[in-house]
Amino acid sequence: MIEDKQDKQNTRVVVAMSGGVDSSVVAALLKKEGYDVIGMMQRLWTENNQPQNRCCTSDAIEDAKEIATLLDFPFYVRDYKNIFKNTIVDYFTQTYVQGMTPSPCLICNQKVRFGDLLYEAKTLGAKYLATGHYARVQMNSFGEYELLTGMDPDKDQSYMLHRLNQNQLSHALFPLGNYTKSEVRTLAKKFKLPVFNKQDSQDLCFLGEDGHQGFLKRHVSHTLKRGLIKTVQGEVVGEHQGLALYTVGQRRGLHISYSYPLYVIALNTKENTLIVGAKKELEKDELYANQVNFINQSIPQKPIPILAKIRYKSIYHPATLKYLEKNRIHIQFKQPVSGVTPGQGVVFYHEDKVLGGGMIEK
Amino acid sequence: MPIYLDYCATTPVSKEVLKEMLPYFSEHYYNPSSIYKGAQKTSSEIRKARRQIAENFSCLSEELIFTSGGTESNNIAIRGIALANKLAGKGNHIITTCAEHLAVLNTVEDLCKNYGFTSTILPIDQFGMVHCQDLEKAIQSDTVLISCIYVSSEVGTIQPIFELGEIAQKYNIPFHTDAVQALGSISIDCKQLPVDSFSVSGHKIHGPKGIGILYLKKNTPFLSQQSGGSQEFKYRAGTENIPAIIGFKKAIEYVPYANSQKLIHYRDMLIEGIVTKIPNSFLTGHPSKRIPYHTSFVFEGIDSNTLLMHLDISDIGASSGSACSVGNPEASPLLLAMKFSEELAHGALRMSFGKDISEEKINQVIQNISNIIQLLRNR
Repeated sequence: MIEDKQDKQNTRVVVAMSGGVDSSVVAALLKKEGYDVIGMMQRLWTENNQPQNRCCTSDAIEDAKEIATLLDFPFYVRDYKNIFKNTIVDYFTQTYVQGMTPSPCLICNQKVRFGDLLYEAKTLGAKYLATGHYARVQMNSFGEYELLTGMDPDKDQSYMLHRLNQNQLSHALFPLGNYTKSEVRTLAKKFKLPVFNKQDSQDLCFLGEDGHQGFLKRHVSHTLKRGLIKTVQGEVVGEHQGLALYTVGQRRGLHISYSYPLYVIALNTKENTLIVGAKKELEKDELYANQVNFINQSIPQKPIPILAKIRYKSIYHPATLKYLEKNRIHIQFKQPVSGVTPGQGVVFYHEDKVLGGGMIEK
Repeated sequence: MPIYLDYCATTPVSKEVLKEMLPYFSEHYYNPSSIYKGAQKTSSEIRKARRQIAENFSCLSEELIFTSGGTESNNIAIRGIALANKLAGKGNHIITTCAEHLAVLNTVEDLCKNYGFTSTILPIDQFGMVHCQDLEKAIQSDTVLISCIYVSSEVGTIQPIFELGEIAQKYNIPFHTDAVQALGSISIDCKQLPVDSFSVSGHKIHGPKGIGILYLKKNTPFLSQQSGGSQEFKYRAGTENIPAIIGFKKAIEYVPYANSQKLIHYRDMLIEGIVTKIPNSFLTGHPSKRIPYHTSFVFEGIDSNTLLMHLDISDIGASSGSACSVGNPEASPLLLAMKFSEELAHGALRMSFGKDISEEKINQVIQNISNIIQLLRNR
C-alpha cells in the first residue's frame, strides 16, 4: 500500500468489479484515498441456452457502470469467455471425470483474476489489481508479502487466495480485509452506492438454474458409466449413474435404503465403484496434498504445527504438516476430520497468517 | 478535453438547433390536434417544418412521416410495405443485403420467422459494395420489397443506390433505402433518387435524438404499424414530438455539405497516416466512395475492444463500428462478408469526426493509436 497522497494520485489501480456491494465499496474506498481507479468487469463464459453468468449479467454491468459514473472513474467490460472456458470450466469438468471435486474459484483467482486480468491491468499502467476479497496483504520485516485472514471471521476469504505467489501478492489490494461485512454495507450507504442492499452471490458463477447436477449431466454425460455402489466393507448395495456425478460426503441422491444413513466415502475410479459407508467412516486422520504453494516461498525443513482448513467454510483443524517432495505434503490431524475431499484445497494457517495451501490428493 | 471520434454513433445537438427547440417545451407546448390558438400555432409549425424538409428533399410534404428515429423508420417501412403487398397477394419475398443495420436485418428476419416471408440477402464485395447483377439475379416473381442501405455505417461505403433503385423500378418492386448515415453527407433529391422510401434520423446531423423521418413515395402500398389518432396522415399515430421535429428541421438546414471538401481532406490525411505509420493496418470500405467524415480500419493481432479501452484512457472516444455488445465481441459479420479473416475482423476501428477536426488532433490520434498498437502487439 502507498501512503503518500501525491503518490496515490499517480498510482493506477484496476478494480475487478462485479456490480455488487463489496467491489463497489472497494472502488469507492480507493477513489476516496486518491488512487487513479479504473474499473473492469470480466465477461465470463456461460452455457448456451442458460441464463447469463452470474458474475456479469447485463444488470450487473449496468450496476457497475452506475457506480463508475457516480464515483467518476472509467469502467470497461472485458471479454474473458474463452480464457475462462479453457482455464476454469474445462478443468471443472475434467476434475469430476477424474473422480475428484474441483475448486474452480481457487484456480480462477490464481490464473484468471491474478493471472490474465492482472496482466491486462499492468498493460494499462496499473500497479495494483484490487478485489473485494475479505483478506489482507502486508509486507513483513524481511520484505516478504504475507497473506492474512480478513478481520471478519464469517467472511474471511483468505482460503480462496492461498494459491497466489509473491509477485501476485505484491500487486494485490484487498481493501475490505480490515472491515466486517456489515461495516462494508454501512460504507456503501455512506458512499450512497445504490447497490448497498444487493444480495451476495451464491454458488458457482457459471452454473445454470439446475446447478451442479444439471451442468454435469450436460457436460460429462458422454463419460458417465454406470457401476456398482459398495460399502466400505465390500457389500454391493446398489448401482451408481457415473462417478462424476458424486462427491465425497454426499448423502442425498444415492437412492439406497440401508440400516443406517449412507454417505459417499470415496470414488474408486480404477474399478468404477462408488464407496459408501457410515458418517463415521468419512473421518480421516491424515491427508496428502499436491501443487502446494507456500506464501513465503520457503519449504519447511521439518514438520511444523499448523491449523488446516479443508474447504472454504471449514473450521480450523490442528495438525502437523510435513513436506514430502515435488510440492507434495502430508498432513496429520490431531483429531479425526470429516469431509476430506480430493480436489478441494487445503490451506494451512499460523494464527491469522496463511502459510500456504495445496490441492487434496487423498 | 476528450477527442470525440464517433460521429457515426451520434452527434452533439448544435447551438442553433437547441435554440430553435427550446420554446417548444414550455411555451409552445400545445397538442397540435387541439382547437385553441396555441395548438393552431404548434400545428402550423409542424406543417411548416414538414414543408421545409420536403423542399430540401424535393418531395411532397405528405410523403414525410415523422417517427421516433432511424430504427422505427426502417421498421415501419419494411413491415408496412411488405405486409401491405402480402395482403394484396403480391407475394412474400424480400431482398436485402448483408451491409444493413440490424434495424433492417432483424426486421426482415422477424418477418421471415413470424409472418411467412422469405428473404434473399445479397452479398457484398471486398469494399462492402453491393452489385447490381446480384440484385437482378435475386429478384423473383413474388418479390415485394428490396431494401438496401445507402451508406454502411460500419465501413462508410456509399452503395450504388441509383443503379439498384433503377433495377427495382424496372421490375416494379418497391425499393427502400436506409439513408440514416447518408443524410448530411449526400444530398437527397427525391426527383432524382429512384426509391420508394427512405429512413433518416435527427441525431446523426446535430439534431436531437428521438426523431426520424420515413419518406414514403405517394401511392406506395403501406400498412400502418401504429394505430391510434390520425396524426402523420394516419400512417403513424401518436402526439407529435414538436421540439424534436422543430430541431430536426433546423438541423437539416445546417447539413454540412459545404464542408465536405475540408472533411475529405482530413479523412484522407487520417487514412494515410494510419496505414503508413502502423504496420499491418488496413483500410476497410471503399477508399473513395465513402462519406467524408468516416474512416475505418482493421489491425492485425489487435482486439478491437482492448484498443478502444486504451484509446478511451487516452481520452479518445471511438468505436469498432459494429453492433456487438460491450465486452462480448463477435467478429463483425460485415467484415467477414468482405472476406477479411476472422482475426482481422476482430481488430476493427471506426473513427468518424465532425467539423471540429484539425490537423493537430489527427496527428495526436495517429500517434496515440500507433503507441497503443505497439504496446498491445509487444505484450
